[in-house]
Amino acid sequence: MAAYTIAKALNEGLRRAMEDDPKILVMGEDVGKLGGVFRVTDGLQKDFGEDRVIDTPLAESGIVGTAIGLAMRGYRPVCEIQFDGFVYPAFDQIVSQLAKVHYRSKGRVRLPVTIRIPFGGGIGAVEHHSESPEAYFVHTAGLKVVACSNAVDAFHMLRQSIASDDPVIFLEPKRRYWEKADLDLEMTPDPLHVARVVRGGTDVTVAAYGPMVKVAMDAATAAEEDGRQLEVVDLRTLSPLDTETVVESVRRTGRLVVVHEAPTTLGVGSELAARVTEEAFYSLEAPVLRVGGFDTPYPPSRLEEDFLPDLDRVLDAVDRSLAF
Amino acid sequence: MTLGDIGVPVPSDSSGGPDLVQLLTPEGERVHHPDYPLEIDSAELRDLYRDLVLVRRIDVEATALQRQGELGIWASLLGQEAAQVGSGRALRPGDMAFPSYREHGVAWCRGVDPLQLLGLYRGVDLGGWDPKERNFNLYSIVIGSHTLHAAGYAMGMQRDGAEDAVVAYFGDGASSQGDVNEAFVWASVFNAPVVFFCQNNQWAISEPIEKQTRIPLYQRARGFGFPGVRVDGNDVLAVLAVTRSALEAARTGQGPTLIEAFTYRMGAHTTSDDPTRYRLASELEMWRLRDPIERVKAYLSRSGEAGAAFFESVEREADELAARVRQGCLDMADPAPVSLFDHVYVEAPEHLQRQKERYADYLDSFEEASH
Repeated sequence: MAAYTIAKALNEGLRRAMEDDPKILVMGEDVGKLGGVFRVTDGLQKDFGEDRVIDTPLAESGIVGTAIGLAMRGYRPVCEIQFDGFVYPAFDQIVSQLAKVHYRSKGRVRLPVTIRIPFGGGIGAVEHHSESPEAYFVHTAGLKVVACSNAVDAFHMLRQSIASDDPVIFLEPKRRYWEKADLDLEMTPDPLHVARVVRGGTDVTVAAYGPMVKVAMDAATAAEEDGRQLEVVDLRTLSPLDTETVVESVRRTGRLVVVHEAPTTLGVGSELAARVTEEAFYSLEAPVLRVGGFDTPYPPSRLEEDFLPDLDRVLDAVDRSLAF
Repeated sequence: MTLGDIGVPVPSDSSGGPDLVQLLTPEGERVHHPDYPLEIDSAELRDLYRDLVLVRRIDVEATALQRQGELGIWASLLGQEAAQVGSGRALRPGDMAFPSYREHGVAWCRGVDPLQLLGLYRGVDLGGWDPKERNFNLYSIVIGSHTLHAAGYAMGMQRDGAEDAVVAYFGDGASSQGDVNEAFVWASVFNAPVVFFCQNNQWAISEPIEKQTRIPLYQRARGFGFPGVRVDGNDVLAVLAVTRSALEAARTGQGPTLIEAFTYRMGAHTTSDDPTRYRLASELEMWRLRDPIERVKAYLSRSGEAGAAFFESVEREADELAARVRQGCLDMADPAPVSLFDHVYVEAPEHLQRQKERYADYLDSFEEASH
């Protein structure tokens, strides 16, 4: 057991996967010599060569489109999209091709492609570098979408995503890349598509994913000082959404607050609210509340702390839920 | 070349211009080209003729089936038979083809049953053949998107050390798509074994070629760093020779080639289109004189390599094929409603299974109510 940052854990996950399976390729902009702008692919090209760690031309549709072709040929490409806001040039390839080829081909053609996307804000970046595009992909049948929140999940969930025969959008909490956790590389991880209760509590369930899990945990610590026990669920998997874990929690607490950076309207929180309402209506003591980014474009970085949910906005929602 | 030289739009030259590779004239005369010698015996020529006639017959039957309400839509290949059969017959079994949605002639060459093409246009599936079994990918409807898959697939062949090549089919309209241009870049910088086969049929629905380009399309290849060739797309022999040559270059590590098959879409874009709104009958008449089948028939007849008995036997075979296609289409049943949930994922999530079960129960509730 050793301490790994999320970035290092992802690097180790890629390395182990590539060692185990020669069909696994890494491709993207600057993933070779530079090791990626966040150094997640650091050293891989040196060890696995330019045929397996491919510095691509600068075109995201091309990255995903050629990855699809490679997958059709039997490879398992792991694409890096440099920043969340740059995934849109590849949107058609992801939504109309990657997501649909298995369905179109009646299951004859599998596309085991993983698309890694550093997502979310809080790093003082310029426009297009701080977005949370997950809802588009969750809305698209044929894709699986996951988000890790810590180094342990980063390593194991990435390996599981690469091993998946379905295409996976793998969201990395870029502002947490340098946060450390003790990682046991040999442990048997939870299944990829389950949520996890990361803190037990009795009063309100707070569900979050990716970079917001830490915010939810901090909120739970602060709430405890006021004598309130928040239960925190790390959703981990957004498509499929593990409703069951959340519903079980809500049956105990009677209250749910969902937190994400993505704009609130039609976000993951909206779907979770609908499902929990359908499945646990009689357990709810208050409406499900969403704490998300506002329904605006991502603002200039000097305003991003106003846009992003923080501890106080989560606690405010908890108060509103309890006051209901 | 000065800026002035390239600053003036080049009017489209309906003759194809001086660089057009041709081995069989519209009148059925064999001509020779120094770069593309072609040895072909009588049996092979007759086979090509047979292919051309049969794929046209499939196409005509499919159009009729659409008019009778049996297909939702049909994209006719009329006029493009030679471009498709010539290139399709240039492929070896190990080569992989990535079609757009009009490549019924290539499909034929790859052994895809015409009924499987009809299934898509009837709406019983989204592509019924096994791409791996036929080395013929499923049709791709988002214009140009599959050219990137072709480039990626070719990169995979490279990594496998395979001595095969990929061919990607698209049209003049697709040449404007970002994906096609990105595919050119990828194939070029990775020296991928892919042949880009552009059927310039002069029309992207209602938009003439001038709306897509101000230089001949084959000349674009140069800017990407690989050769471009313009071939008479209505000349099955020239298309065969040029495609063979490009595939061989790809297989032997010489990278991609762009082939512009200069042809004409004799029919509408699809059965939903009305070309009389945007093009002149005289243009159609001019291209009718360049028919891809008539010139082969003229050559075979004149050279004595085929006679009336052969032509009649091909017609008979075409009629039988058309009858089988028609009956097969009429017999094609709608799939079971709950099958719409199948194959979304390799590992279907629980909520999708539940949606399927609930919908099945919902349908059953009508059954029960009717008893």
